[in-house]
Formats: sequence, structure tokens, C-alpha cells
Amino acid sequence: MRHLVSIADLNLDEATYLLDNAQELSRINEREVKKLPALTGKTVVNLFYENSTRTRISFEIAATRLSADLINFSASTSSLSKGESLKDTAQTLEALGADAIVVRHPMSGAAHQLAHRGWISSSIINAGDGAHEHPTQALLDALTIRQQLGAGSDLRGLRVLIVGDIRHSRVARSNVLLLKLLGASVEVAGPATLIPEGIDCMGASVSDSFDESLGRNPDVVMMLRVQRERMQGHFMPSEREYQQMWGLSRERLKRVRQDAMILHPGPMNRGFEISSEAADDPRSAVLQQVQNGVAVRMAVLHELLAGDKS
Amino acid sequence: MQRVVLDDAEIGRCLKRISHEILESTSGASNLVILGIPTRGISLAQRIAEQLGQIDPEFEPESGVLDITMFRDDLVAADRKLAPTVIPGGSIDDKVVILVDDVLFSGRSVRAALDALLDFGRPKAVKLAVLVDRGHRELPIRPDFVGKNLPTSITERVNVHLTEHDGNDEVVISS
Repeated sequence: MRHLVSIADLNLDEATYLLDNAQELSRINEREVKKLPALTGKTVVNLFYENSTRTRISFEIAATRLSADLINFSASTSSLSKGESLKDTAQTLEALGADAIVVRHPMSGAAHQLAHRGWISSSIINAGDGAHEHPTQALLDALTIRQQLGAGSDLRGLRVLIVGDIRHSRVARSNVLLLKLLGASVEVAGPATLIPEGIDCMGASVSDSFDESLGRNPDVVMMLRVQRERMQGHFMPSEREYQQMWGLSRERLKRVRQDAMILHPGPMNRGFEISSEAADDPRSAVLQQVQNGVAVRMAVLHELLAGDKS
Repeated sequence: MQRVVLDDAEIGRCLKRISHEILESTSGASNLVILGIPTRGISLAQRIAEQLGQIDPEFEPESGVLDITMFRDDLVAADRKLAPTVIPGGSIDDKVVILVDDVLFSGRSVRAALDALLDFGRPKAVKLAVLVDRGHRELPIRPDFVGKNLPTSITERVNVHLTEHDGNDEVVISS
């Protein structure tokens, strides 16, 4: 494996292998020495064209735990704001010695271009490109689900409900692909304006009612953040209506199965797509997701950078 | 060309002798921690722990695992799968740790194991037990307990087969 651009590039064995390694690495938190020498001498660059706190810090912790050197490069404080192209920036970073570039970009396909245009030979990790994919988020969600269910090797027979702004959500796309690959069945629910065409071709069934979907007793309810920054236009009549139709309110929380899990990729808009009661409920695994994020990113960095390339 | 250098009875005798030597060289079994290096070192460590339990009832016949993947300097793609590290009793502080591996060759995995081990605490002493020492060391490392010293040429391969992994017990040398 040289790059991680899309879940679609992974087969079942590769995905299971990354999750197994991430499971082992998640136990490093229990140790006194939380650092491993595996990537000593390697340089990882965080190249972020969009604001991000948790993903960037998560990659930062993952890289430093593996003893790699890490450089943060964010659009707002660098020559990127002077109009340098993606290609020039990436080539500059490689000339400075980057072994891997973690890239987040508002444009779908940016990570793919960096990986496959032949501009550079560094490993590329997609940390979110437009509305396309966010593969490490899907891996950390799958790891969280697997831990809850007793760390089996796949998620066969599991029913996952993804609710909200599917159209703008790279998290949803990566999750549909990975959950299907691992054998789960996936239902997406959201207002018709926020359901992209063709999502059923990816293997997800589509629902136009959160309440009806909850009636089917899903094992996992994944709430998505409403991405206000991507909504120029009229995708919903009002925030109040969205909240009533598609928010995980106190009332809907009562209808979520007692042994089900609630996931949210963060940052949460409390009181909008998820109520405070749901966010703080024992079934909510939001903080476990954050912890697993570090383990998954360690597993990915290790896979792409450790040892010889052959 | 293949040649069997140890059969199952000989492997059994080697492990029994190593177990006796371990008890002789350390003062009492109560302070011992037996750790196997994946993959086949794990089974050998288990067998040695069982032997120790039979010889000295004071010893709790329990062995652990020390994963060294993240500490290796000779990692190739096929070896990147991590194994869980398990320390019996939870601590190695002030214990005598016996590292167990199947074949001692360059010494690089033992170097990695020493680094991995020291992140878990400060043992009183660390000793190395191997089933086969085939020579060609690249680092200043020597075993404390050896099943069989096996002079080899650098191009030959030494394969340890164990019932737990391969269905039978034998050590084969092939060129």
C-alpha cells in the first residue's frame, strides 16, 4: 500500500488488517511509554487547505507516537494564501523531505491528483477531500463499532443508519463503502435535498423518514454534522424544521435500542443535529471515536511508511 | 536439499534441558517472566513455562508475548502485522525476564526485543533462550540457553516447525 486516498482502493483483507493493527495500537494508551520508534527519521507533513482541529491533531499525535517528525502546513498562514498551486506546494514539500503528506482539501479529487499525477513520490493520505472521502474517519468508526461488538473480524449482519447531510458528507461516503466491504448493511436517511443521486448504487438503502428508520431498530445510529459552510442555497426550509425532522432529540433517543451505539464524527452542533441528552448518553461513543482516531492513523502511517517499500 | 536436524523427541529434550538450566541459573522460579517473540517463540515460551511448572510447583506455568514489529530495523512488508504484547503478572520491574525465540541468527530481532522490553519497565536481568543458534551474528548478542548449536552457511535456511503452527515438531535445514 503506497497511498490511502479512498476506501474503494482497499479490499477486505487490507481493511481487516489495518483494523487489526489499529486495535493493537489502541492499547498503547495503557502503557507507561506511549511512544514507538517505528518511523524514526521519517517526515510527515499535514497539508490542510481547510480548517480542522481534531483530524489535524489526531494525525499529529499519531505521527509523533511513532517517532516521525511532523510539520503542520495550513492554508491560512502560508504561501498557499498567496495563490501557489497544489502541484507546486506538494513538490516543494517533497523537496523539503516529506515522506508522507496528509492532505485535506475542499476540492474532491485533490488527494487522488497528488497520489497519481506523478508530481511527487511521497505517500499521500487523504484527510478529507471535498464531498468525496475521508477514509481514516471511516476506519476509526469501523474500529469503534468492532470494539463494541467484541472485536470480530467483520461486521456481517450489522445494521447501520447514517442520518443527516449525506450530500456534503465525505464521512458518509467513506463509511458506506467500508461498512459494505465489512459486511454490514447501511441505510442513509436525510431530507431529499441532502441525499445525493446515486448513493443507492454504492449499496446503501435510502430512507426519507428518521422515525421509520429508527423503527427498524438499527445497531448503530451515526449522526452527521450539518455542514453549514458548504450550503450556499436552499437545502432546508429552516434549521428548526431540520432539527425536528432529522435531529436526534430526547424523544428519538428513547427509541434507540438499549444496546445500540450512537456515533458522530464531530464537531457536534449540540441542540441541532444531536441533542445534548444524546451526546452525553452512555450509548454515545463519540470520545471513543476520537481515541480510536489516533490508533487508526498510527496503523495507516505505519503501513505506508515503515520498512522497505517493496 | 533438506535435512532434519532435530526431531520431535530431541526438541522435547532440548526444551526440558533449557528449563532446568533456567532454574539453575536463577534463584527461584517465583521471580521469572517468560516472554516469547512472535511467531514461534510464543509456543516455545509456553512449553518452557509448562516445563518449569512441572519441575518447580512454585512457578505459575504462564508465559507472555513480546511483539517487536515496531522496533525492528529490518522490516519487510510481510512482517507488519502486529501481535498483542502480553506480560504475565502485568509487570517486569525487578523480574528476571527470559526471552524465547526459535532461531538466533543476525541478532537483530533480539536487539529489537530488548528495546521493546525496556519500554515496559526495568527488569532485574534479561536472558535469552533459543532453540537453535545458527551463527552469523551481526550484533554483539549471545544466547544464555541454547537447544542446539547449528553451524550453517549464510545461504542455508533453518526452519523450525512446531505442532501448534505446522502440525509437527522438527527443525529442518535446507539449501
